[in-house]
Amino acid sequence: MSTTTVAHHDDHAEHPTGIMRWLTTTNHKDIGTMYLTFSLIMFFVGGAMILGIRAELFKPGLQLMNPEFFNQLIGVHALIMIFAALMPAATGFANWMIPLQIGAPDMALPRLNNWGFWLLPPSAILLTLPFTLALFGIGDGALATGWTFYPPLSVQGGIGVDFAIFAVHLLGISSVLGSINVIVTVFNMRAPGMTLMKMPMFVWGWLITAFLLIATIPVLAGAVTMLLTDRHFGTHFFDAAGGGDPIMFQHLFWFFGHPEVYILLLPVWGFIPQILETFSRKPMYGYKAQVYSLWAIGALAVVVWAHHFFTAGMPVPALLYFMYSTMAISLPLAVLFFCWIKTMWRGSMSFETPMLFAVGWIILFGIGGLTGLVLADVAADAQYHNSYFVVAHFHYTLFAGGIMGIMAGTYYWLPKMTGHMYSEKLGKLHFWLTAISFNMTFIPQFFLGLAGMPRRIPDYALQFAEFNMISSIAAFTLGLSQLLFVYNIVSCARGGKKATDKVWDGAQGLEWTLPSPPPYHSFTEQPVIK
Amino acid sequence: MVCGVYVFNMALIEEPKVERPENLTAKEQLDLKNKKLVRKLLWLVVGSLLFAFALVPLYDVLCSLTGLNGKTQNSAALLTKAKVDNSRWVNVQFTSSVMPGLGWNFYPKQTSIRLHPGQIETVLFVAKNITNEVVVGQAVPSITPGIAAANLKKIECFCFVRQSLKPGEEKEMPLRFFVSPELPKDVSDMTLSYSFFPAVSESK
Ligand code: HEM
Ligand SMILES: [Cu+2]
Repeated sequence: MSTTTVAHHDDHAEHPTGIMRWLTTTNHKDIGTMYLTFSLIMFFVGGAMILGIRAELFKPGLQLMNPEFFNQLIGVHALIMIFAALMPAATGFANWMIPLQIGAPDMALPRLNNWGFWLLPPSAILLTLPFTLALFGIGDGALATGWTFYPPLSVQGGIGVDFAIFAVHLLGISSVLGSINVIVTVFNMRAPGMTLMKMPMFVWGWLITAFLLIATIPVLAGAVTMLLTDRHFGTHFFDAAGGGDPIMFQHLFWFFGHPEVYILLLPVWGFIPQILETFSRKPMYGYKAQVYSLWAIGALAVVVWAHHFFTAGMPVPALLYFMYSTMAISLPLAVLFFCWIKTMWRGSMSFETPMLFAVGWIILFGIGGLTGLVLADVAADAQYHNSYFVVAHFHYTLFAGGIMGIMAGTYYWLPKMTGHMYSEKLGKLHFWLTAISFNMTFIPQFFLGLAGMPRRIPDYALQFAEFNMISSIAAFTLGLSQLLFVYNIVSCARGGKKATDKVWDGAQGLEWTLPSPPPYHSFTEQPVIK
Repeated sequence: MVCGVYVFNMALIEEPKVERPENLTAKEQLDLKNKKLVRKLLWLVVGSLLFAFALVPLYDVLCSLTGLNGKTQNSAALLTKAKVDNSRWVNVQFTSSVMPGLGWNFYPKQTSIRLHPGQIETVLFVAKNITNEVVVGQAVPSITPGIAAANLKKIECFCFVRQSLKPGEEKEMPLRFFVSPELPKDVSDMTLSYSFFPAVSESK
């Protein structure tokens, strides 16, 4: 912004090689790559866990595991997918792309950045270690409360809960560090001439995410700390016998939890319009409207939390307030949908893999949003709460809206990051397999939920058998299809057709002015935006 | 907490050196600017953390002011001679549960009672210690619907103090209460639920 030239880093051509390069790196691209790799690995770890669940649910009755282990798998699956797969993926792209998109040489706080990443592997280990310890007879496995940690169960649970609490602390610190870095980078390191209202949408999405993280992660940290002291140090924050209240935990948790779902999606809402404009070959529609909508959603996100426990008991005025405010979020969201569609309208569109994912994403995420509106209705939620309908809803938003969005971004930026083109044929195959098996997995779950099948239960009544069988078969297809994704990424990283600097015919933005792959230090001379 | 201590340290470490900005190179100026912003953001983090803990007392204040969440006043109501409203009937139901770790049986002797607002009634709950140790328990009441919580007035209740039972001892415990005539007109049924918890001893 104010500085026109930014000095080189001292450590130029002499950065260490081998493992030390990765342990000590402060380079935004190296760190970004580590985040993305970590995220991909954890995506498979979390995926393997849930395939265990789907295998158990293939048939009614208990076949493969006892209910305690079933509950542990479910909770750890969710924590891993949210904190160790989806969030690091978004942070990985932030590291890679924000400096490139705003014309900066690196992130503002490179050493903090390194720390932020290296907190993740220990927390992933903390989350999964109790499974291994249980094999050796230590403790009774991982936390069995689901990812939401509700007391009294989480106060009574075994050491798995403590491990998960520490993991959440580390993950929280990591996200807060990452967010601080993003905000400082965006505020202080933009190229001359790049005003806030000229920033790429991805940068906007991340900026708002970063503020939401800073505002809400500490509340989660506080809540799980209270759990910890309730468990071990004789406090009674959530213990009714000691004057506490278990419902208060739900307030604290969801004060973080609801903004969290937007934290996961705002970065995606950033790059999807960029993909749409690239492959429609015309500028995105309604840039300002989109920016304001992102802010509106970010602001509303922190005042609607209680829609996650309408059934816990609330006076009618509170129910009405949380219902209407939740529904109000769909207004700015509708503005976004309108802008996305209008961006494609009468464009000269082509359907390379990123665009396929982006268009599929709009439809699938749309289903997620619409079913959310159904759940926001207090009267309807009384029936749907804690049923498979909720599970299907949040997988349309988190798997389709989150993961598939990230996949769109991966295919979009992969040639830029590696310097090679991925296989278009495999990419398209991956899209269709993913889209079809995803729907086959979760559409049946909507019907199961409507018919009354509760979530987080290892056994079920006979009338649910067919839909569960379909869902399980599709889930395994979905899981296996992801191997194509890995294969495509790995072979793209190793070689393939050379990518041009611009990569895509209609690509817009500073990142496409650099060579593919970009040099170790991105912009040593900051570009000037007219 | 861990997080709080950590960010606090960071706030101290990142203290920018006081130097006059004119003498600095562009890079040093940027560093200075970055550090200033980092410190501001860290205060934001600390603020949100404090906010989380501030929610605890706020939550209790809100709940006891509004009776939200079915929290009842856990002290004896003044026996002001409330006028009995013979024109209305209220149905009060009783449920009970025993929390894990308390080796008791505990149940209401009658599951519901029909009474007029203002009319004072006594119902009995039975608790039996099925362990061979002395066990101390504490009952925690909760009322549904929450808006009616403030209208159930307890004159005498086993939940006011801890209850101690000798091994195998069985005790009948009274609850004397009335429903205030100010009960909102649209409430005709209420449920009073007691959960018996293992009492938390101060010495622990
Ligand atoms: C217009 C948009 C949306 C509305 C109105 C909405 C509404 C709701 C409601 C009312 C619930 C609670 C259901 C219950 O437990 O009974 C819920 C659950 C959930 N929603 Fe949404 N939602 C929307 C969008 C999203 C988005 C964008 C995401 C994620 C990116 C998301 C993720 C979730 C998750 C993870 C849960 C379940 C949490 C749990 O209980 O474990 N939702 N949603
Ligand atoms: Cu929500």
